[in-house]
Amino acid sequence: MNKEELAAQRAEQWRENLRKSKKAKERTDIPRVKMTELDPAYRVTNREEVNRGLTPEQAVLEATRCLDCVEPLCMTGCPVGINIPKFIKNIERGDFLSAARTLKETSALPAVCGRVCPQERQCESKCFYLQKLKKEPIAIGYLERFAADYEQASGEVALPEMEPDNGIKIAVVGSGPCGLSFAGDMAKRGYRVTVFEALHEIGGVLKYGIPEFRLPNRIVDVEIDSLRRMGVEFVTDCIVGKTLSYDDLHEMGFKGILVASGAGLPRFMNIPGENLNGVMSSNEYLTRVNLMDAANPESDTPVYKGHRVAVIGGGNTAMDSVRTARRLGADRAMIVYRRSEAEMPARQEEVHHAKQEGVEFLTLHNPIEYIGDERGRVRQMKLQKMELGEPDASGRRSPVPVPGAIETIDVDEVIVSVGVSPNPLVPNAIDGLEVTPKGTIVVNADTLQSSIPDIYAGGDIVRGGATVILAMGDGRRAAAAMHEALQKQQGA
Amino acid sequence: MNKIVAKEHFSEKVVKLVVEAPLIARARKAGHFVIVRVGEKGERIPLTIASADVEAGTITLVVQAVGKSSAKLCALNPGDYITDVVGPLGKATHIERFGTVVCCGGGVGCAPLLPIVEAMKAAGNRVITVLAARTKELIILEEQMRKYSDEVIVMTDDGSYGQKGLVTQGVEEVIKREKVDLCVTIGPAVMMKFVSLLTQKYNIPTVASLNTIMVDGTGMCGACRITVGGKTRFVCIDGPEFDAHQVNFDELLMRLSSYKDVE
Repeated sequence: MNKEELAAQRAEQWRENLRKSKKAKERTDIPRVKMTELDPAYRVTNREEVNRGLTPEQAVLEATRCLDCVEPLCMTGCPVGINIPKFIKNIERGDFLSAARTLKETSALPAVCGRVCPQERQCESKCFYLQKLKKEPIAIGYLERFAADYEQASGEVALPEMEPDNGIKIAVVGSGPCGLSFAGDMAKRGYRVTVFEALHEIGGVLKYGIPEFRLPNRIVDVEIDSLRRMGVEFVTDCIVGKTLSYDDLHEMGFKGILVASGAGLPRFMNIPGENLNGVMSSNEYLTRVNLMDAANPESDTPVYKGHRVAVIGGGNTAMDSVRTARRLGADRAMIVYRRSEAEMPARQEEVHHAKQEGVEFLTLHNPIEYIGDERGRVRQMKLQKMELGEPDASGRRSPVPVPGAIETIDVDEVIVSVGVSPNPLVPNAIDGLEVTPKGTIVVNADTLQSSIPDIYAGGDIVRGGATVILAMGDGRRAAAAMHEALQKQQGA
Repeated sequence: MNKIVAKEHFSEKVVKLVVEAPLIARARKAGHFVIVRVGEKGERIPLTIASADVEAGTITLVVQAVGKSSAKLCALNPGDYITDVVGPLGKATHIERFGTVVCCGGGVGCAPLLPIVEAMKAAGNRVITVLAARTKELIILEEQMRKYSDEVIVMTDDGSYGQKGLVTQGVEEVIKREKVDLCVTIGPAVMMKFVSLLTQKYNIPTVASLNTIMVDGTGMCGACRITVGGKTRFVCIDGPEFDAHQVNFDELLMRLSSYKDVE
């Protein structure tokens, strides 16, 4: 959306009236809303969603804080360019469904993003309140979730306006956030979209990775259902590159392919004892619990329920793992992170929630060895204490070992959450597809087109390991670019 | 959902299932495996493909009921559906004309061995197959093996059929008699360990097909990781076949018992 359009929408009478209805001071005096959360002692006994959402009254009051700036800085922080003031002002005037529709103009999965986006580093970090007034920013994420949830609960989930069917078949590889947002945008433009998913469930990382207490499956299912109603077809248990080849897709008549297969391979640290039983990747642990429902006694899939669980790493996945371990009955659940808390990549909210739930933070500690019993079960970990040295390439101060400072801690389960590498399965299966030495697919930065003209790629298979919102943004950009390219072809 | 079109009992606990899976039948090669799941609360388990019929659009799986999930699968009948079948996964067997190839299988390991025997023969190798099991009724696929092998040696622990003794004795008999260029082994981890130790002694290149615990089967979880040549490798995407002499079989045995007390 360009500046003129934004300004024109801002100048609409209802927005004008709303702005005039209160003095700026009345708005800025309102304190930021507090999210209602489940009590920590209660929530570690179950998997209910921790954040309860805002009531309509809370949402309207929070929306009233927003000054409807002439130049909405918040929008510069949003990877998909949501018209933030417009949706918030719709909430202020009580038109919650219009707020939800505003979100859907640019975001395929607002109920998801309202929950998992790192707003404190994106839109909210640019908010006028924070930048100029030195006050807490508008709770844009909470409001986004409110509007999207309201729409879901209303039973009036609107489908976007659809172009007539153009008969052109498009294939999507992977049903995570990138694939889903792409599928939605292409279906809207009249394409016949088929999404191929390797697992038995649709949703990718939204299903196997992010736990129920942070993102309930039903929220994701509503979004998937919307796509189905828009005519998107989903094929599970199908691995492009294995079950179907790139040539097969051509023979089936697909004119464009988006590869959004995610960053699959978990990284390990290659230290002694890492292959002991009870040591596993966060991908394995979370997949067992989230996708396979392993904590449920009725599920055939087993999972360790450790009493002293160490999670290695400081990202969101580490927090998801350690909080899951608490819910599965760990008395001692620890984050082991080699830098200090200030450098942790996890969202502040996640760290805060983990602490509330009794998770211990062993920062400036790095595992150097795991010790097992005679049956090969992990029993202890050796940790090297660290201190912060000079900043490294990432700009963060790099951790260096404190000579001789090694301690041994009893553990019966270790979850390694130190990042992922791109899954080579799809890239390897397509001859001539250019990949980086790291294994990510090389694409044009603007169009996301790969070295093979009819293949586009986005999300973690291009980025290596990023966020849901960036993957979604990729899906949208790839859809716009592929649409333009196909139209040119049709015209030619 | 994949329909079971035929079922045959090889023994009380070992069944052969012919399953509708046209795309997998077309794409699979010797050495590939599939992941199957039975029921909405079912576990994902890996199974190596024994054979496929492209025309009929079916694949054949040979399953031994050892745990809850394999027992559920074995209990299915023709007309029933397997909730999920995905594949073909893993790297295909490297097939070329090596010369003389000894293929040795133990128990249900003989099922995934069959397509390798077939492919090795088709590539112009002299193929000697050693089939081993505890007792006569557990020897499977002998007739089919004979079709593609220059010689078949049968070993049973109790001597109820073929020669009495372990698979290693059968293999060593061949090694002592003639020049062997490659050995392929599939079976219980402990069997492959001893085959590997034997062929190492004689310096014969050996390939072992590993069957580990997996969840997704596509590289995502790392449950299948195993040390090969001092490095951690994933059986699902780097394997399932590895240079047997480099595989840490003791670690493999330990990791296979991983969920024993949880299940």
